[in-house]
Amino acid sequence: MSSSATKVPRRTLLLDAASAREYSTGLSLALAAPLIVLLALAFIYPVGKLVWASFATNAGYTAEHYLRILYEPLYLKILWRTISIALLVTVASFLLGYPVAYAANRAKGKWGLLMIVCVLIPLWTSVLVRSYAWILLLQRKGIINNLLLEGGFISTPLRMIYTEGAVIVAMTHVLLPFMILPIFSSLKSIPPDLARAASNLGAGPVQTFFRVTLPLSLPGVYAGSLMTFILALGFYITPALLGGPSTLMMATVIGQQTTELLNWPFASALSGVLLGVTFLLVVVFRRTLSLSKEVQLG
Amino acid sequence: MVDILSGSPASARRPRSAPVEAVLRPLFFAAVVGAVVFFLILPTLVVIPVSFGSASYIEFPPRGFTLKWYADYFRDPDWMAATWFSLKIAVSTTIAATVIGTLGALAMVRGRLPGKEFVQVLALSPMVVPHIVMAVSIYLVFAPIGLTGNFFGFLVAHTMLSVPYVVITVSAVLQRFDATLELAAQNCGATRTQAFFWVVLPNILPGVAAGGVFAFLASFDEATVAFFISDVGGKTITRKMFEDIDFNLTPVIAAVSTVIMLISLVLMTGVQLLQSRKQR
Repeated sequence: MSSSATKVPRRTLLLDAASAREYSTGLSLALAAPLIVLLALAFIYPVGKLVWASFATNAGYTAEHYLRILYEPLYLKILWRTISIALLVTVASFLLGYPVAYAANRAKGKWGLLMIVCVLIPLWTSVLVRSYAWILLLQRKGIINNLLLEGGFISTPLRMIYTEGAVIVAMTHVLLPFMILPIFSSLKSIPPDLARAASNLGAGPVQTFFRVTLPLSLPGVYAGSLMTFILALGFYITPALLGGPSTLMMATVIGQQTTELLNWPFASALSGVLLGVTFLLVVVFRRTLSLSKEVQLG
Repeated sequence: MVDILSGSPASARRPRSAPVEAVLRPLFFAAVVGAVVFFLILPTLVVIPVSFGSASYIEFPPRGFTLKWYADYFRDPDWMAATWFSLKIAVSTTIAATVIGTLGALAMVRGRLPGKEFVQVLALSPMVVPHIVMAVSIYLVFAPIGLTGNFFGFLVAHTMLSVPYVVITVSAVLQRFDATLELAAQNCGATRTQAFFWVVLPNILPGVAAGGVFAFLASFDEATVAFFISDVGGKTITRKMFEDIDFNLTPVIAAVSTVIMLISLVLMTGVQLLQSRKQR
């Protein structure tokens, strides 16, 4: 976890040292070769082939699969639902995540570390395990219904699983760490003197927060939101397990088209749309994403 | 700076930043933060009591204690096959991704690499491309050449998926590493190879090890791509779990989940220890 205080001198030091000892072009290429080959074969080629498959026919090219997405109301509806669920999850993660990032940054020492550990543990717990836990909680004879029934709050079990609400709650739970960690890093890089200066200049606490702290933490908010939104767009496991037929999302439809209907060209076109939306977002928000390189993994 | 949780009294003389939570009433703020932290941690933990509960349906809180579900898990040849398959893939992926990612990071941070920007973006992009898209495209390429349900196919796919984590962590430690140390070693007569293994590597080792742990978890916990490229001949523990959640929801899955969680927890604790040592 880097602190801003050491960042500036380190950069200049690196520059001097690097100009003194930099690996030659040949050696650099040799070192990077396995990585480039791996990504070319296992990443660029398959994704390229998928995009190709969405246009190709025996005779030439076609856009019919994309037109089908446009003209069949079902698929536009699913695309719209995917985007709105992803947006809701992003907004919920921001509202829940910002206070935690803020508190973890202010509480120094043991408590701050404890909070960050509480964010990191779920981040590195299998998504499948966490989705399964939500099934245990939300299903008809699940934990929440049992507790409510025994407590006499309800007389018939609530229908929670296989609803859009279940998908949103579980996805927010799964993606929350991706929002908290970038916000935490950017809050951490704000020198505390700034807030003190603002209050010395007469700003009240609320004013200090909204005019100094919040604006300065926005890069983290953007990076976290972008990451959460992109991950939510292409999420497969959680919607597949907790969603029902009425809550189909892009990823679940793509899964269906490939594993059940074996309609590869159409599944490829759906993937192409998802890829296109993601690519567009990344290009538009590229500057905030370069910050996500600094996202703490652990 | 005031520790919001200990609530130490403000000193009246020294000017200090008045935090927004002082206005929002500290207790309320702490309650909100506490609630979110519980929301992060608690739901996952329900699998633990369920895995020890004696009823064959989901009972909470469980009335009896049993280790039956763990016994079922460890005795079931299907579960064991899936577990070993996943472990084998994860260990091999860790080695491959750590070596490839570390070399790549060296080239990007220390080298004069043509098209460096492009390689950097490329190396991180597997994290950004939706996993479903990745899963379907890998299946599209792997299925015709018999790489589904196959150890080598998984190794290639998972190494590609986990290499960004290694590149990020190793790049971070390399940027912190003082390159003049390497120069000094060479001035003292070490060859470039010697300087790397005796000076550079020991210094960046915590980052390399952390990257390796992330690679292991990224492979072991990976479910989407594994769902598509598993088949009857070879399936990972995540694919087996997915099937069982869909078809027979028994507490065995809770036992498996607890085991998986424990593995992640032990490894993450290791990373935290490594990183706290690094900072000293």
